[in-house]
Order: sequence, then structure tokens, then C-alpha cells
Amino acid sequence: MSEDHHHLRVVSPIEARVTALEELLVEKGYLSHSDIDDFVQRYEHDLGPLNGAKVVARAWTDPAFKERLLANGTAAIAELGFGGPEGDHMIVVESTDEVHHVVVCTLCSCYPWPVLGLPPEWYKSAPYRSRVVREPRAVLTEMGCEVPEDVRIEVWDSSAEARYLVLPPRPAGADGFTEDDLAALVTRDHMIGVAR
Amino acid sequence: MSTADLDIDGAVAPPRRNGELIFDAPWQGRAFGICVAVLDREGLGWGDFRPHLVAAIAAEPGADYYGAFTAALDSFLADLGLTTPA
Repeated sequence: MSEDHHHLRVVSPIEARVTALEELLVEKGYLSHSDIDDFVQRYEHDLGPLNGAKVVARAWTDPAFKERLLANGTAAIAELGFGGPEGDHMIVVESTDEVHHVVVCTLCSCYPWPVLGLPPEWYKSAPYRSRVVREPRAVLTEMGCEVPEDVRIEVWDSSAEARYLVLPPRPAGADGFTEDDLAALVTRDHMIGVAR
Repeated sequence: MSTADLDIDGAVAPPRRNGELIFDAPWQGRAFGICVAVLDREGLGWGDFRPHLVAAIAAEPGADYYGAFTAALDSFLADLGLTTPA
């Protein structure tokens, strides 16, 4: 039911229970409503691939940053304030007209959480993990990512020692774009390398 | 806690769509928000909440995720002594 009809809505028992718990914690002075708002915001919106998109957009607009990013991913990403235990040992690989990079974790599900948020379900799926190494071009095609025949595909296997982020080529026709505009064009799939 | 703690597999993993958390109704987001805010406040991690969630899911197999989550939150807050009246 839409928010417009909020005043007509019957509150379910479970919803009432959640509200009661929240009210109780707030009444006790333990938490405020806005504390809870902040956490919901953070988990719902800010933990997606937005941080990674900002890193990519910065690399597209600042050649010196891009150089540092490709030389030492962890350090350059930390310049933007992103990092943490699951974002250590970041290696950034640049896709170009000659090579397309794609990332997998064949052993488990190593994934750079601080820049890409929660991993999509398929990233952990056995078919993706086993097949992308053997037949990357076929897997990418099935995922809707057409890599031209003359572009080489390189597959990077993540581990606890090295987590990869793909720097996609800057899209053509985005010349006047600001860094924020550019970041909005970057998706998680681009940074895993299953989109181009 | 950090997202690194969150389960991403199995019955205890929060529902997601292409990697992003899904809340079908605002109260589900509130329940999740209360949980992570309390974990943060208490210096605890997802692993401290997980046993409550596992028990709630086991108590009512097939119930929806945030139904079980709310029952788990109830028992978790009670264990922490946070649900005694102010």
C-alpha cells in the first residue's frame, strides 16, 4: 500500500511490535529515532556500490589519481576515505579497448565490501565461479555483456590477499560530465567486469 | 558492526536484490535499523544476534524473514535487559 494511504492503513501486530520496541528504547534514552534513521539509511543506500563508483569517477577525471590508483589501489581508495578490513589489498585493473577484466572468487566469495557493498547472489553461485574461469566470453555474453572478439578477456581470482576492482573505460559522449554525473553511470557490474 | 559480518547465505541472510537489502515495508527497515543500532551501541556484531535469529526461524519455519527477525529482536533486546520499562 502506498504511503499516501498511510492514514487509512491498519497497523499489523508485528509492525506495532517494532514501533513499541523503538519507542521503548527512545523513551529510555538509549537511542534516538534519528540514530535508527542513520543506520537504516546506511544499510539501505550507502552500502551499495556507490563508493566504488566514486573511485572510478575520480580516476576518469583526475589522471594523477588514476596513476596512483593503478599503482596502489588500497592507498588511493583510502584517499577518498574508503577502506577497512575487507578492503585491504585492493588491486585495480583497467579495462581498455584491448583488454576486458572480470573478477571472480573461485574459492569462496572474497569481495571488496567497502567499495562495492553487499555482493549480488550470482557472485557466489557455483556456475559463475566455475564457468567464468573456463569460458569467460560465453558467461559474459549470457550475462548480457558483449565483449568484442578483438578484445582480450582477463579473469582475476580474488582472495583474502588480493581483491580486485575493475576500472571500466570512460564512456564516450560523457565529455562535459562532472565527477558526480560520471559516478552515476558506474554500476556494480562494471566494477566486477560483467558489464562494459 | 560492519557489513562484512552480515550473513549472505542461507536462512539467516537478510533478503537482497542484486546485492542491495530489500525492505518490503518501512517497519522491516526499522526492525533492521534498531538491531544494527543496538549492536553498534553495545559494541557487538551480527554474530551476537545470529543465534536469536536462528532460533526464531527454527521456531516458525516458513514464516517471513522479518517476522522471525522481529521475534529475534524481541528476545535479543530482552537478553540485553533493554526491554524492561524505563
